[in-house]
Amino acid sequence: MQALYGQLVVGLINGSFYALLSLGLAVIFGMLNIINFAHGAFYMMGAFAAYFLLNWAGLGYWWALVLAPLMVGAVGVLVERTMLQWLTGLDHLYGLLLTFGLALVIQGVFQNEFGSSGLPYAIPAELRGAQNLGFMFLPNYRAWVIVFSLVVCLATWFVIERTKLGAYLRAATERPELVRAFGIDVPRMITLTYGFGVALAALAGVLAAPINQVRPLMGADFIIVVFAVVVIGGMGSIMGSIVTGFALGLIEGLTKYFYPEASSTVVFVIMAIVLLVKPNGLFGRTA
Amino acid sequence: MTGATHAAPAAASGAAPSGPLAARAEILAFLVMAGLLAALPLTGLIYPYFLMQALCFAIFACAFNLLIGYVGLLSFGHAMFLGTGGYIAAHTAKVWGFPPELAILAGLAAAGAIGAVVGLLAIRRQGIYFAMTTLALSQMVYFVYLQAPFTHGEDGIQSVPQGRLFGLFDLSQQQTFYYVVLAVFLIAFLLIRRIVNSPFGDILKAIRENEPRAISLGYRTERYKLMAFVLSATLAGLAGSVKALVAQNASLTDVHWTMSGEVVLMCLVGGLGTIFGPVIGAVVIIAMQQYLAGFGQWVLVIQGVIFIACVLAFRRGIVGEIIAFAQWRSAEKR
Repeated sequence: MQALYGQLVVGLINGSFYALLSLGLAVIFGMLNIINFAHGAFYMMGAFAAYFLLNWAGLGYWWALVLAPLMVGAVGVLVERTMLQWLTGLDHLYGLLLTFGLALVIQGVFQNEFGSSGLPYAIPAELRGAQNLGFMFLPNYRAWVIVFSLVVCLATWFVIERTKLGAYLRAATERPELVRAFGIDVPRMITLTYGFGVALAALAGVLAAPINQVRPLMGADFIIVVFAVVVIGGMGSIMGSIVTGFALGLIEGLTKYFYPEASSTVVFVIMAIVLLVKPNGLFGRTA
Repeated sequence: MTGATHAAPAAASGAAPSGPLAARAEILAFLVMAGLLAALPLTGLIYPYFLMQALCFAIFACAFNLLIGYVGLLSFGHAMFLGTGGYIAAHTAKVWGFPPELAILAGLAAAGAIGAVVGLLAIRRQGIYFAMTTLALSQMVYFVYLQAPFTHGEDGIQSVPQGRLFGLFDLSQQQTFYYVVLAVFLIAFLLIRRIVNSPFGDILKAIRENEPRAISLGYRTERYKLMAFVLSATLAGLAGSVKALVAQNASLTDVHWTMSGEVVLMCLVGGLGTIFGPVIGAVVIIAMQQYLAGFGQWVLVIQGVIFIACVLAFRRGIVGEIIAFAQWRSAEKR
């Protein structure tokens, strides 16, 4: 029983990462119409930024939580300005291919610098230890990751679906010329949106640093599971990515307990089933 | 021969020109390519093994290009067909003692079967969703091969016997094997050319240009897309099967998604939607990997930079640029 609860917590943790990453993908897809293949690389960069901040600048976890997303987000802004900007109006596929190339470059450079083995990152002192819940011990850091990412996800949902800024964003995805006519700088909004989506990935990377080791390829295979999550959820809705992300993490955790051999494929199997029943995804708009 | 479909800079294609003149140029180019490939090993300048590898990847890239170039479908999971062909051919040749022709046939059939299942699922989504779906499904296949006992996990299937083709040709003789691989490549190439230039190929191009219109003309586009997908998967399986016998092993690298990215790169560099592009692209990329191997992981970075450069500045690829240049020249003359 202990093991089951343990796997459920691990599932929820993975679910928080899936949710944060697919949320960032959804935000970017909404504004730029680009599947950001470099998302896994930015997630990895977030973890490395936390590592650098600690070991080179002596700034701990709490600083990293703020600074790493800002730093990696700035890289995202630069990428959008120098490269992605030139792809507007072209087929979506070119955005996918460009960001794929970008992921190869980023991961390759980090692999050359740091090899393929992992670097350790300690859990911050304030979040060590565990709570006794009666039926299991819940490590504080894990509880923190789940709660914090849930809060970030819901805050993002709130901003996009319930505020004026979000209304502009949503309007700009539908009718950019019209929104520009209202005097809103749409290109800058696009740039900042990309930066924000990238920052979400980096934030997930910082959260992951103390749990998984900091490795150049930590995002590479992970991102493909996130793509499956995105296909299952359907990228139409922000809430879709959050709910699907957490739910699939949980299902993966359950599979790891009951039938571990299938745990690495269960998300893909679910994707195949969902495609058979609802080709547009569970929360997808009908195209 | 079809009438002159105008070369529009369409979605994911360099849109090769057609017409009698272009057809004659194509035949000439084919003969030059065949002659060159037949003569190359005799010069002793290049290892036959390297050439065989390059030809296998050329088959793979041509198969992939059949989908992206002529139907406009970006599959990001073609490694699963290459890998399936390789594993099945290697297993049947080594454990079941199949002769090479049957082993290749088995690999090809298995890849086609998986292609039918994956295609049926994936063509329900379009554009980038199609790409992500194929990618995810191929990652699932990867995990299956990682865990299935017959693939020996990380070790792969080693020392696959090459045997005698049709009981006549001893494939352990490198020279003999080279000409067998060359023959397979040329047949596959001509087959793809035939498919592309058939009425079936015209319908595929119509789907690429405007699917709703093709539907309104009464075509069941899903069926055509599925058929193209299965054909492409089968040919990719052919590439994998032959490659497994050439290299005498089948391993996880051929199924991993980075291989799917590599084949996209080959076609992009050579020229999407051109018949010779994938061949040139495959040779360029394989040669690059061969001669830059000393740089270790930097090869990946270089590949990434080429990817970015191609997408930003060089979308027509090598062959696409040549065709565009030729068209520009002939327009100048007029």
